Amino acid sequence: MDDNVLIEIKNLHKKFSSVIAVNGINLTIKKSEALGLVGESGSGKSTLARLILKLIEPDGGEIFYPAIQNIRRDCQIVFQDLQTSLNPRMQVGEAIVEPLLVHKLLPRTKFAARVKELLEMVKLPATYARRFPHELSGGERQRVGIARALASEPRFLVLDEPVSALDVAIQVDVLTLLKGLKNRLNLTYLLIAHDLVVVSFMCDRIAVMQAGKIVEIGESRQILTMPQAEYTQKLLQATLQF
Amino acid sequence: MLKNKPHPLTSNRPPSPSSMERGMNSDTSRKKGVRLLFPLLILGAFVCAAILAPVIAPYDSNAIVNIETIAPSTQHLFGTDDLGRDIFSRAVYGARISLTVGLVAVSLSLIIGILLGALAGYFGGWLDSSIMRFVDIMLSFPSIFLILAIQAMLTPNIYNVMLVIGLTSWMGVARLVRGEYLKIRELQYVEAAQAIGCSHWRIIFRHILPNAQAPIIVAATLGMAGAILTESSLSFLGMGVQPPTPSWGNMLMDAQAYMRDAPWLAIIPGILILITVLSFYLIGEGLRQALDPRKDYAGS
Repeated sequence: MDDNVLIEIKNLHKKFSSVIAVNGINLTIKKSEALGLVGESGSGKSTLARLILKLIEPDGGEIFYPAIQNIRRDCQIVFQDLQTSLNPRMQVGEAIVEPLLVHKLLPRTKFAARVKELLEMVKLPATYARRFPHELSGGERQRVGIARALASEPRFLVLDEPVSALDVAIQVDVLTLLKGLKNRLNLTYLLIAHDLVVVSFMCDRIAVMQAGKIVEIGESRQILTMPQAEYTQKLLQATLQF
Repeated sequence: MLKNKPHPLTSNRPPSPSSMERGMNSDTSRKKGVRLLFPLLILGAFVCAAILAPVIAPYDSNAIVNIETIAPSTQHLFGTDDLGRDIFSRAVYGARISLTVGLVAVSLSLIIGILLGALAGYFGGWLDSSIMRFVDIMLSFPSIFLILAIQAMLTPNIYNVMLVIGLTSWMGVARLVRGEYLKIRELQYVEAAQAIGCSHWRIIFRHILPNAQAPIIVAATLGMAGAILTESSLSFLGMGVQPPTPSWGNMLMDAQAYMRDAPWLAIIPGILILITVLSFYLIGEGLRQALDPRKDYAGS
């Protein structure tokens, strides 16, 4: 197997009662790349992400993790929904150290310092550790979500529509932050989005999903300028219309 | 959650129809506060009396202090009973028994109900079906007959009363908790906890339970009322707290024969039960409204 491969997916299938969410997907995620996953709602993007994180079990097919020992530690996810992605009864600090606590990565005495460091990484003041989610703005909550995802020093992050619930100005901030973190921590991203602008800003490669299948995959520039699949062309047109 | 801040936009505006509605709402919420305060004070007094029973009660609860049965007077605040015992002292010690039985029974029913409800709601599937069918079976027995049947097999003492009431009153809690878990387990912070690698145990108790506590607190308060009432019924039927230990229920039972000649024997424990149960119901209802996220709707 190629040394450069972080995750390899072979012929993956997943059905929810009568709906086929993922229908025979083959995909390779390379080390340190940012792979964009686009497609309209219901095309199976989020299902694929959850299958990769082993949050749900596939009906068929296999996923190989040649460079990953512990999925719960090395793979993390940043969510879309800012209202429910943080436990309303947990302080920001508690939420951020939970991965450390669960995986026993640090002695408790060092938690406070690590929280400070993580908050700094996502550009939030250290005093936020004692706040509750309802005291934060949408952008701040998303930063806390990113800090929580980074706590266990993962190698791979799924970004499930990380900015689609934010104001445009804040979208840019968060995306810039994510891009900086990727370079600094040598992360691999799987970015799920329906906004092609977001994907083109962040990603080296783009995979286009339709009805549980990947219809096209390639370098970002090539997908955005010379789309081959009819569906990709349609998506691009829909984006460029406004 | 309980903060009632005035709306910043409406406070300085001339009264439009919508701000008038708001004004009415804040009025009713103030009334609700008073409604909660009153039963809380009463129950607070009862709990203090129960805890300080040896200090407050002028006589021992079983001491025969007067040969005659005498009506309430300055010497015996609530009078004396058929055996010449001071009813005020018995009522104070009875409060101790009734409130303790209620507290322990409700705690037991909460433990069972939360545990089974959480397992059913969180894991779903066959576990959910089996637990909920068991709940249905338990609910299909008329509860007082179930309690009497079990009590008949056990020695009637205060510990068995607590146990039996606890073991037959957890089903409502289980259903409620299951519903909350079904709702909360779909939220993203639960999925985040799974992605982090939290154990099921940790997700159930650390992530979901704190977010389900509001309806559980309400159920516990209403459960106290029910448990105290059940204890009184059992003691009244002679299957609960055994004489000479005083409980409000068995004081009522003793009073039956003297209804005509000494009505205070029945009226005093009856009123105490009524006030206590009513207070718990009012607090439960008050909390339900205060903790309801949709509390701004009109009416109620």
